[in-house]
Amino acid sequence: MRTSRSEQLLGYAVLIIGVLMALTPFISIVLLAITPKSERTSGFSLPKSPTFDNFVTAWTQGGFGQALISSAVVAFAVVVGAVLLSVLAGYAFATMRFWGKTLLAGFLLIGLVMPYEGLIVPLYYLLGSLHLLNTYWALILPQIATSVSLGIFWMRTAYANVPGSLLEAARIDGASRRAILWKVYLPISLPAVGTLATLLFLFTWNEFLMPLVLVAQNPSVQTAPLALSFFAGNTRNFDPSVTAAAAVIVAIPIIIVYAILQRRFISGIVSGAVKE
Amino acid sequence: MTASIPPVGAQRVRGRRLRTRYDWSAYLYLIPALGFYLVFLVRPVVESLWISLFDWDGITPASWVGTDNLVSVLTDPAIWNALGHSLVFIVFYAIIPIALALFVVAILARVKVRGLVFFRAALFVPYILSSVVVAIAWRWIYALDGPLNAVLRAIGLGSFARAWLGDFNTALPAVGFIGTWVMFGLAFVLFISGLQNIPLELFEAARIDGAGMFREFFSVTLPSLRGEMRVALVLMITAALRNFDIVWNTTAGGPGSSTTVPSYFIYQEAFTIHQVGRASAIAVLMTIFILCVIGLVMWLIRDRSDSVRVRGTR
Repeated sequence: MRTSRSEQLLGYAVLIIGVLMALTPFISIVLLAITPKSERTSGFSLPKSPTFDNFVTAWTQGGFGQALISSAVVAFAVVVGAVLLSVLAGYAFATMRFWGKTLLAGFLLIGLVMPYEGLIVPLYYLLGSLHLLNTYWALILPQIATSVSLGIFWMRTAYANVPGSLLEAARIDGASRRAILWKVYLPISLPAVGTLATLLFLFTWNEFLMPLVLVAQNPSVQTAPLALSFFAGNTRNFDPSVTAAAAVIVAIPIIIVYAILQRRFISGIVSGAVKE
Repeated sequence: MTASIPPVGAQRVRGRRLRTRYDWSAYLYLIPALGFYLVFLVRPVVESLWISLFDWDGITPASWVGTDNLVSVLTDPAIWNALGHSLVFIVFYAIIPIALALFVVAILARVKVRGLVFFRAALFVPYILSSVVVAIAWRWIYALDGPLNAVLRAIGLGSFARAWLGDFNTALPAVGFIGTWVMFGLAFVLFISGLQNIPLELFEAARIDGAGMFREFFSVTLPSLRGEMRVALVLMITAALRNFDIVWNTTAGGPGSSTTVPSYFIYQEAFTIHQVGRASAIAVLMTIFILCVIGLVMWLIRDRSDSVRVRGTR
């Protein structure tokens, strides 16, 4: 490959500028959060005596311990529920012949592109009539529903890559439908299940509109982003350092998960998007 | 769409396929997922349509008004104003990040870069952060005593310093730029993975022909990224039109009505002033609009046999 040295340098330069741009806002609130009030100047500056006081204040005032637990409970339940349902339904789509298959696939496609705004108002009244508003269920049940479209298409694609010879061998051995799913298909598609779970975890953890509408009145169920939004709104005129610390607290768990599963996140977003 | 695996022996007798033997147990596997989907997604969507035909405060009995809500929304200047903001957001959320990412990818197509995995991971960080965290970070960046103004003052442009989100002239682009920042990583990640799927021979052929960076980009890279381009446009335009989180957590529509968006009105009308019928009318119109735009993008960038076309352009 014949390319010039200057092009190579240009490549690095552009990437480094991009990374600086991408990380600056987050780094700037981290700096703001560890800067004691007395030292605060405007803009960027490394604090001489970094402090964790702002984190302590944010943690105790904002109830973020409870909010992070709520987020974890909701995300866990949605991921487990949606993945399980998708594993089952995707199996039917990939291996069985049934009436209305194409129609049903088209019907599920709507769920991939449906903006939540189109369903949030009736959802509020539906959950109200079930007496589930301001409970974990108000977040878990609808988000399972909005996740299964992606999940089913995802699992169908994963199962389609299972070699037909394996299926044939299992059938000859007299394995039942159910046994073939659990013993042949699922074990082979575990990496796909893992990626799907990672994606759904990210989407559920970051969801804002649903918690805002469906659990706003119960602090013990509020998810971390919602608690952060309320906290930042209430303290807007007080101390920006404490708000920054709160934002860092809420961001840390997802950043840790991302640091560990980074490849899976990215490959998931890419293949999920392109397959659509 | 992937083809399903044919049942064993399906290819044995072709005639048997015609009188298809359905597998009724399939529904047992489908029902749990479909149940959730019907109750918590399809039903509310249909109900949105229905509620939009009523005057309803959410508590007392509703009264039928037919298409009055739809008409009142469509003749409301505040809604058109908000839709105008959404269209501006399309520029910031889709056009600019895609253009920037294409620029970077055009350069990377010609050079071998070490540590691409690191760069990719770092550039993608904005996309994985919660929108509320993003909003708070940018509120600080844009604040009167925040980093952006500090930089401006440091380089002698202090006269431009202002509260960026509180200024009628700058609030909309300032909110929009947050979208550019979030979406650039997504566009980059999509295009770079598309780039890695382009056969190297195509680039080699272009270079043997003496193509420079521009020729190579327009005859090899860009046509090969068709699929990624379509996906990026669909995701980003949808995000632009749906924008609620960032607006809610930065400007809440202000100052004045300079950053209002349709989803903001849905929330306001439904849960603050309790005009549930009208809120549903906005929701229905917005949903139809988004689905039409998605359809348009899919149609404009529809699949042709890419590789053949690319080879044809030598």
